[in-house]
Amino acid sequence: MDRKRNFFPLAGFLICLVGFLSYFVLFARFPVTRDVPWANWLLFAAGLALAGAGISRAFRRPETYRGRVLGPILGGLSVAVVGFFLFMTLVASRQLPGAPDAPKVGEKAPDFTLPDSQGRPVALHEIVGSGKPWVVLIFYRGYW
Amino acid sequence: MAISVDPPEVTREHLSKTGWTYTFLSDADAAVIRRYGLLHKGAGVDGKDIARPAELLIDPSGTVRWINLTGDLRVRARPEEVLRAFDKIASGKVPGA
Repeated sequence: MDRKRNFFPLAGFLICLVGFLSYFVLFARFPVTRDVPWANWLLFAAGLALAGAGISRAFRRPETYRGRVLGPILGGLSVAVVGFFLFMTLVASRQLPGAPDAPKVGEKAPDFTLPDSQGRPVALHEIVGSGKPWVVLIFYRGYW
Repeated sequence: MAISVDPPEVTREHLSKTGWTYTFLSDADAAVIRRYGLLHKGAGVDGKDIARPAELLIDPSGTVRWINLTGDLRVRARPEEVLRAFDKIASGKVPGA
């Protein structure tokens, strides 16, 4: 039993894991890697290729390399991580309803009065007016 | 100005963490969000209605001059995009400016 240790599946899995986490801690901060997460796709491709190579050599050259049990397990986990990322970024984050009734360009913005973070009422009609600056109005999901 | 269903307490905490200084408004029952046609039904905690992301530019006459409705939560208008939209309108490159 002097078969070589087969680190490829573990290394591939770890690269996939880094590919997953790096989106949230790093790549999502920059527009160029956020909108289309190509940097993460590259990491996933490298990780899956490495895991695949490791599993392949474990089965093709079992006399030389170990990893016929752990290899497929780590390979499966790698695919699961990549699949979860793709689901989150390509499916889950796009589950937004349309907004056919949103104000159109050229229409008056509906007036409102709402409390600010100090509880003071703020009215749109008091903010707009000739000579006053433009308003950027952002609707966001909130932190609850 | 930003609008969400967050109560002022949550927003105060958020602002103290981020240091942001622009106005955040609380639309707790989502009435204004609904009036703007931007409701995302049942997407909040406990199935609460919340706002879908949207960004609007409103001129001093109160008219909507630009609106961005993303189809992807991850991809929202960045400050530069809003400024570019404003520059375009202000320089008269958009009809009706």
